[in-house]
Amino acid sequence: MAKVRHESAWYPLEPGETVLDGLLRQGVQVPHACRAGACQSCLMRATSGAVPEAAQVGLKDTLKARGYFLACACRPREGTALEVAGAAELRVPARVVDLESLSGDVLAVRLEVEAPLDYRAGQYVTVVRADGLARSYSLASLPREGRLELHVRLVPGGAMSGWFARDVRPGERMHLQGPAGDCFYVPGQPEAPLLLAGTGTGLAPLYGIVRDALEAGHTGPIHLFHGALEPRGLYLVDALRALASRHPNLHYRPLVLSGGGGDVEEGPLEARILASLPKRPVGWRAFLCGNPEAVLSLRKKLFLTGFSLKDIHADAFLPSTPRAGPVAGAA
Amino acid sequence: MASVYERIGGEPAMAAAVEVFYRKVLGDDRINHFFEDVDMERQAAKQKAFLTMVCGGPSNYSGKDMRAGHKHLVARGLNAMHFDAVVGHLKETLEELGVPAELVGQVMAVAEGARADVLNR
Repeated sequence: MAKVRHESAWYPLEPGETVLDGLLRQGVQVPHACRAGACQSCLMRATSGAVPEAAQVGLKDTLKARGYFLACACRPREGTALEVAGAAELRVPARVVDLESLSGDVLAVRLEVEAPLDYRAGQYVTVVRADGLARSYSLASLPREGRLELHVRLVPGGAMSGWFARDVRPGERMHLQGPAGDCFYVPGQPEAPLLLAGTGTGLAPLYGIVRDALEAGHTGPIHLFHGALEPRGLYLVDALRALASRHPNLHYRPLVLSGGGGDVEEGPLEARILASLPKRPVGWRAFLCGNPEAVLSLRKKLFLTGFSLKDIHADAFLPSTPRAGPVAGAA
Repeated sequence: MASVYERIGGEPAMAAAVEVFYRKVLGDDRINHFFEDVDMERQAAKQKAFLTMVCGGPSNYSGKDMRAGHKHLVARGLNAMHFDAVVGHLKETLEELGVPAELVGQVMAVAEGARADVLNR
């Protein structure tokens, strides 16, 4: 008999039964729809125990890497035990160690966490203030760097960003929840071309991803587009130019809608990106972060030009809305 | 006898077909407005479930689900022309992937059988 642990209770599975069927039969609520391994609404995460390969067919590498599987396609072998969770969240205490203005409206916030945070470059965390105010920010740092780095965009009237800009000093304490998100680099196919594109602080996760890929020995061309309205919306320009000069396969292209010139191109981001692609972008992987309209539009265009959906990793920074839950990259 | 789903290669064949099919659908100005404002990954997953169903694979889609799932689109003007366009893309997709004509014909028959439910007639 195989058994499954869900929210501190063990549930036995009948021979050949799927995790989904076994949990439903015993009264556990699990979202599900097609039961054919297609719709992915029964996605769960294995926290302990082995998941059969068939339960991960069709999932993105980033999800597989984090132990996600389809409950409707998961038939654990006889005699095995599997512990599962929906979206297990972590909250760890953190302390601000450094604040640095990166541009007129972007603040780097560097944090130390009291317990190690197991994350991949490009994921995001939710900052939870003592009074419960919560906002999500992408991580610009690499796990090996120890300190976490967030790029906080200063939003006019923004509750969290205003607090960071006005009141927070080194030593300030808060909690972090996460990490979350599946916009990150997975080693393998080191010669595949990578397309990284972001607007505004969408650069934060891309800054992590590009360095992660380079450190992992990625040798294929890496095209990093950073778009802003005006040149003062760009940041980390010198750092990225220096990085590109050390890595000939990194092509950094800062782009603005107006006021460009010199080393900064001027024009619409999406058109520039599409114009830079080969006719059949076979084997390319894309990472898109930032403004939701830009990200979702670009994702669709890339799919239509031939990118496989599983090779497009997108993190749309949704705005925070009153009384709604925290969302990625919000102010 | 094995289903068309099994005979053309099961899940891997569906995975290959869904992107080709969905790309055709999204590229078709007659019908792509029905697919805006939806999450592409969820939509692609639905397309895969649909392909699995019409190919006779493991799926619990019922006529009732098809009706309920398309009711809001019928309210937005979904009609026989749109249905024909989608079925046409499905046929082209299977042909491009080298599915034998006889099996394509079987899939077309299943798709045609869903017409009344999809159009809420």
